[in-house]
Amino acid sequence: MATNNPSVFLVMINGQIEGANFPEYDDLYCKYCFVYGNDWAPTSGLEEGISQIACRGQGTQPALVWNFPLEITFKSTNPFGWPQIAVSVYGPDTFGNDVVRGYGAVHVPLTPGKHVRTVPMFVPESTSRLQKFTSWLMGRRPEFTDPKVVAQGEGREVTRVRSQGTVTISFNIVTKDMKKLGYDATPSEALSAYTHLQG
Amino acid sequence: AESLLQQEALAEPASRLQGLRDRDPLTRFDTEVRPPVRLVPERCQRLRCRDDVATPQVDSGLPTAEEAYNFFTFNFDPEPLEEAAEQKKERRFVEDRGVEEEEEEGGGGGEEEAQVEDGGEGESGSEEEDKEEDGELFIDETAQDFLEVKKAEYLGYHSRVQRESEVLFTPSLRTVPTSCKVPENMQPRYLEEEGLYVGERPPVSLANQNILENRILQQDEKWFGDDGRVLALTDPIKQSSTRPPLFNLEEDLDPALQTVYRKALKTRHASRYVAGLGETAGRCQLDVDVSGLIFSHHPLFSREHVLGVRLVQLYDQHLNRQHRNITGLLTDKVVHAFLLVLLLTCLLCLANRNTRRLRDVEQEKDRTLLKSTLKVWKEMKALREFQRFTNTAYKLHLRKQEVNQSRDEQDFEEEIQMELVELQGELEEEYQRKISQYRQQLEEWKAWRKKQVDLLTGADDEDEDEQEEKDLGSEPPKPEPPERQELSLLEQQVREKAARIRRKPGEPILVPEVTLSEQLTYKPFYFFPPFSDVARRSLFVKVLYNDKEVSRTDRRPLGADFRVHFGQIFNLKIANWPESVRLQVFEASGSSSALLAEVFVPLPESTVLTGSAPPQELEFSSSQRVTFNHEGVGSDVPFSFEADGSNKLTLLTSGKLSCCVSWAVGENDIPLAPPTSQTPGGIHGALRQTDAIACIGASGLSDMKRLSKWAAESRLDPNDPSNVVLMQLLTVASSGEVQVPDYFRLEQLQEEFNFVTDEELQKSRRFRLLTLRSQEVVEFRNYKNVPAVEREVSEKVFQDYEKRLRDGEVVDTKEHLDPHRAVVAKYLKKIRESVMNRFLIAKHHFLLSDLVQEDEVPSIGVLGLNIFKLAEPKRPLKPRRKERKKVTAQNLADGNIKLLVNIIRAYDIPVRKPHPSKPAVASKSARSFTEAFVAAQSSQSALHGNDWPLNQVQVRPFVEVTFQRSVRQTTTADGPNPCWNEELELPFSAPNGDYSTSSLQSVKDEVFINIFDEMTFDITEDDRERGSTVHTRIEKHWLGSVKIPFSTIYLQSRIDGTFKVQSPPVLLGYSKERSLAGEGGYDSVLSLSEGSFVTLFITIQPQLIPGESVREKFDSQEDERLLHAAEAFQRDAALRFPGRPCLTTVIDISGKAVFITRYVRPLSPPQELLDAFPNSPQEATELVARYVSLIPSLPDSVSFTSICDLWSTSDQFLALLAGDEEEHAVLLCCYFLAMGKKAWLIIGTAIPEGPTAYVLTYEQGRYLIWDPGRGQYYGQYDTFCPLQSVGCLINADNVWFNTQVYDAPMRMGFDVSRSKLWKPFFSRAFPNPGLSSVQPEELVYRRVDKVAAAELQDRIEKVLKEKIMEWRPRHPTRWNRYCTSTLRHFLPKLEQSRGRDVGDEHRLELQSMLGDYRISGFPLNVPFSELQPIVEAVYSTGVHNVEVSNVEFALAVYVHPYASNVLSVWVYLASLVRTR
Repeated sequence: MATNNPSVFLVMINGQIEGANFPEYDDLYCKYCFVYGNDWAPTSGLEEGISQIACRGQGTQPALVWNFPLEITFKSTNPFGWPQIAVSVYGPDTFGNDVVRGYGAVHVPLTPGKHVRTVPMFVPESTSRLQKFTSWLMGRRPEFTDPKVVAQGEGREVTRVRSQGTVTISFNIVTKDMKKLGYDATPSEALSAYTHLQG
Repeated sequence: AESLLQQEALAEPASRLQGLRDRDPLTRFDTEVRPPVRLVPERCQRLRCRDDVATPQVDSGLPTAEEAYNFFTFNFDPEPLEEAAEQKKERRFVEDRGVEEEEEEGGGGGEEEAQVEDGGEGESGSEEEDKEEDGELFIDETAQDFLEVKKAEYLGYHSRVQRESEVLFTPSLRTVPTSCKVPENMQPRYLEEEGLYVGERPPVSLANQNILENRILQQDEKWFGDDGRVLALTDPIKQSSTRPPLFNLEEDLDPALQTVYRKALKTRHASRYVAGLGETAGRCQLDVDVSGLIFSHHPLFSREHVLGVRLVQLYDQHLNRQHRNITGLLTDKVVHAFLLVLLLTCLLCLANRNTRRLRDVEQEKDRTLLKSTLKVWKEMKALREFQRFTNTAYKLHLRKQEVNQSRDEQDFEEEIQMELVELQGELEEEYQRKISQYRQQLEEWKAWRKKQVDLLTGADDEDEDEQEEKDLGSEPPKPEPPERQELSLLEQQVREKAARIRRKPGEPILVPEVTLSEQLTYKPFYFFPPFSDVARRSLFVKVLYNDKEVSRTDRRPLGADFRVHFGQIFNLKIANWPESVRLQVFEASGSSSALLAEVFVPLPESTVLTGSAPPQELEFSSSQRVTFNHEGVGSDVPFSFEADGSNKLTLLTSGKLSCCVSWAVGENDIPLAPPTSQTPGGIHGALRQTDAIACIGASGLSDMKRLSKWAAESRLDPNDPSNVVLMQLLTVASSGEVQVPDYFRLEQLQEEFNFVTDEELQKSRRFRLLTLRSQEVVEFRNYKNVPAVEREVSEKVFQDYEKRLRDGEVVDTKEHLDPHRAVVAKYLKKIRESVMNRFLIAKHHFLLSDLVQEDEVPSIGVLGLNIFKLAEPKRPLKPRRKERKKVTAQNLADGNIKLLVNIIRAYDIPVRKPHPSKPAVASKSARSFTEAFVAAQSSQSALHGNDWPLNQVQVRPFVEVTFQRSVRQTTTADGPNPCWNEELELPFSAPNGDYSTSSLQSVKDEVFINIFDEMTFDITEDDRERGSTVHTRIEKHWLGSVKIPFSTIYLQSRIDGTFKVQSPPVLLGYSKERSLAGEGGYDSVLSLSEGSFVTLFITIQPQLIPGESVREKFDSQEDERLLHAAEAFQRDAALRFPGRPCLTTVIDISGKAVFITRYVRPLSPPQELLDAFPNSPQEATELVARYVSLIPSLPDSVSFTSICDLWSTSDQFLALLAGDEEEHAVLLCCYFLAMGKKAWLIIGTAIPEGPTAYVLTYEQGRYLIWDPGRGQYYGQYDTFCPLQSVGCLINADNVWFNTQVYDAPMRMGFDVSRSKLWKPFFSRAFPNPGLSSVQPEELVYRRVDKVAAAELQDRIEKVLKEKIMEWRPRHPTRWNRYCTSTLRHFLPKLEQSRGRDVGDEHRLELQSMLGDYRISGFPLNVPFSELQPIVEAVYSTGVHNVEVSNVEFALAVYVHPYASNVLSVWVYLASLVRTR
């Protein structure tokens, strides 16, 4: 279907949530979901998912590994609202309650190719020390009403967060028809390398 | 001689060593025997004889000082004895040393050795062989003779030390006693003790000081001061490091420290490389040809030279002139012109005269030149004679050209005559001019004379003025006639001139010729200093390129003729832009050299190439003052040729340098010039790369106009690539686009980024779509997939939006049937929009709870409850509903939300009437007002005795729930009090898939809960089949409905309770079952209210968090203090009783906060209502309530999408004819007040409205609660009163908040005077300031319009009939006219009785009329707002669903008009089935 005048462009995202680095916690799992603008629609693939619980390695390896694959294709008419992946990590606390260990979001890279992103994670803070204590005691830490909150800027000013760790995500991006619609996201050197390869 | 000897010594042994080395290399270094030593005698002899030849003076037997030195210093250990013995052979050792040295050197540098060897090869080649032989002999025979083996001499350590101590002096470290240091017999003087200042001595360690002192003492020098210490200056080092403090930086700074501003210097050679350096690096080549130098004056010039040079100069001048031949040219011109003059008379005479003058000047010059040449020559000759020698070769030959005497004379005469004639003409002309002038003057004079005469002769009456004038006007002199110049005089003048400037006729033409053929007769050169000097002097030229010396010529001696020939060409490969080429002439005498002069060579143009470039002669001079004490005239020194020293001349060193600078030509005849040498001024070329303007040598040209002017003048080549930038600039400048604006702009780059104009951008549909979406315009708020390209955005997208915008202006009357309603609808829409905008702004303010979920800190009570909960039974007998987790609306999608409707039970469903029954005559009891709250009366007793067969099914009701066109129904139950206990699940989808809070709030859908009676008819035709076949038809008959708006469910999150079923006043074929169980307590309560009830529980799964009210502070015109008090009151109330609504300020329709009591004010109801029942106040009251209830209700929360309640005043309410409970309640309350009742507004919660407003009246010692929306009233103790809780009471004076334990009306007291129960807002502490009402003084009602009502009635009927037929597409719809007319007859009666107690009566009537029809039907009564709700209501009854083939329908509509266009619409709908 080689149309010369496409009406949408496609962004195909392959990749994986490789793992995380949470120095203090273990037995974590993560959820992800894509957040995108009005002009975007997933055409295939999973929009959200939940990973297995990963334990830390026995040896000196501090990182948790999920290697949780991502595969989704978006179609869009407008780069505004470029998809973001919002990741939230959960794990048991000392009493065995599942509590959130981090929220984070990152834009899907714009340029085709392989990209590795390290997403810093954070959790909302309790509003007071007493709250903190009780939430710790009861295993009900403050959470965002919606994990997608971290992908938007509105209303964030009312929250206070604490940094927790990082999650590493690797993306392989393929785009189609972006250029035909007039969006040139490829950096010049990559383009020249590409043409060089072709030529 | 010495050096020669040494050379010899160096050369000789080397060759020998070579031989030795060849011979026995092994023993050479490891034997003690040193071969050179062995060779000594023979070599010595040879050397000696050689010495004899070369240096005869060395043959004295004594050693020289040097030899002696060598003797002692060198260590010739091996042969001390021999040495001693053979004193006379000392020289040999010298030789040896040389050899040794040579050997050492040879070890270091083999090359040198080889060289030496080569040099000496020819000389010593033959000798070598002999020597080798000799050497052999020596070794064999004479080794013993020359060697003596001795024990090594050793000097003992002590003896050596002793011997050394004789020579050496070691200063001791001990302190020198002071007595030794001061002069004898003197005490040391301490200046310090005498009070004199002694500076501090520099620190020296004691040991060093002692050593020094000892040493000084030994040397016996006077270095000690009076105090016996070594003399020393004070320590010059300051104790503390200091720096002149710079206190006041600006003013008094030491001028030496003053900072001086220097302009930043550009690195001169940076970025001055030739353009296109990459390819042409080093390709440019400049050839500098320095060919020679001629001095026109040199300090070493003798006088003769000076004269000679002058002679040459004059001669050159002469040659030059001759070459140009100006005189001849002009002479010809004169002659020709004269001929022309003759022809054209004196037309050109003036021009000719000028030419002649010029010719004369030139001729004169020629002549003086010749004369001076001759004079110089004469002088020179005289000088030569005087000094008796000639040291310059200049010689002047005067060639005489013989001329024809007569011819010459003739020519001369002719010339003179010609000139004469011309002069005559000239003079004549002059004369004529003068003559005419004279004549004119004469005329004037004559006229004057005449006047004078007239005056004198005329009458005396001439006035004095004339006289005065005569006196004043001085007598003009009588003009003299001009004299003609004498011709002879003229001729004489001409001849004189000719003699001066012209060759005399017959005189031979002298042609001077300077040759260098004179015989030079020098004085002996030793005695002529200038010449010896000249011989010693040499010259060279340095070539400086860009102020850097790149090369220099060889030194060339200054010739006797003071010419130097270099003839050298330097090829300069250049990388930098040429800026200057400079040649410096240096004069060197001996080893010193002095700069004589500096010549700047103009840079060649790129077309000047080597080979074609002409050599240039560049003059130079130097102002150096040089004087000599010999014949040289020197420079800048006055001298004279005359013997008496007069007529002094001062000459400066000067000369001509002939050189040539040009661009080289490459291999392929490519000029190696820099590519852009358009501008010969290379200085600007350097900047060419950076600044287009500066590179053309016009860096100051900031003005574009001037630049373009300059460009036009200089005729730039527009095709030259180097001018591209400039040309571009110029075209822009000339087109006038670039103008320096006289304003300042902040975002000067903005225009660069404006890729389209604003108009175009506005035209873009896609842009518009995006803009509207981002503005959250309703139609586009959640628009998905805005097309990527403009053309895919269709205009249709905007149709709705544009239509809406248009509709804002135009009122569409078709939709609304009533123009007034249309206006109202439009007005409502406007209000809604404004509120919406307000809401949208508020929506973007977030609270922490919006974003973060956090459990609240549990209080002790909660903890305690939780502990108790542990003890609770796991499965309680009466389970309670648990609070569910709330879900925010944002992450929802279609299908996620379900509406759960729990139908639990119903009470008092009407029961069927046995069809063939005799009409029971029921006494129509006039239900009195008081009966409502007295115990049940016996009015229903009529039914008691009805012949209801016990075995027959009374009613089989089921419930059907309709929501968003999806229908669910329960199973069928039996009896009038059925119990279903069923949960129905209905899907919910939000409009446009927008699950945001605001969108959900604006959902207008309603949940219809309809109760039907399921009837089965046996339609088995054949009785025989009855045993085996069941053939029934099921009909459902509508019994009543409950409507609950979705917004109520959403806002309250659940609805739980028993609701009164809205049932029609008359249900054909049904009647209320009355208590069969007889008079009982329960029955009496039950019968208090009529109608059926249904118990429901409705909620949404998952639970949605209702939107918060707009967190916006509304501005207000209320007193600040009042507002504060209100806020405090409300806060206090919320703190104490969180569930109880408390209102103090409300928002009026313009969005301002208004204190609530201002709304309450007695307002009289329409007079006709009061007149209707003049003698029954109860009836009138009920009628008023009905009137209010007939005003359509429109929940604010639906229309305004938020919880912000707008309170409109009563006149606004009546004008709008729409409002929610508050407006109804306020109006009703105002009416009651006007009717003289005690009335209050109740703010509380009710079912199903939620927070609402009711009206409380106090009559006859009892409190009545009025539901303003339905026009019904309830007693305080009415069980089925929909009002569930009471928050506060309001009247015109005060607000009371309920502080009782209970808030249910049945369990509380309404006596507001009891401060224990009610907390007043205005108290003694804060009295009512006397708030004026916002309500109008009086309500103005419009007259009842019966015509419009009748018209509307017809239209409604027509529309409904069409709709019913439309709903029954598969069956014919027949209308029973008879029945319809009967029904139509009934409806006004129903209106009159307000739907009460007419059922039996007219059922009887109908029954009698239509005996053989089974009728089911009912009248519906709705307040009229729009057509659509009526249609919906009719549809929901499902009357049209009867599918019996022989069914007939009857439809009647009645519209009863009230004042101010309040309309009551009755629709009577019935289906008739013929029973047989």
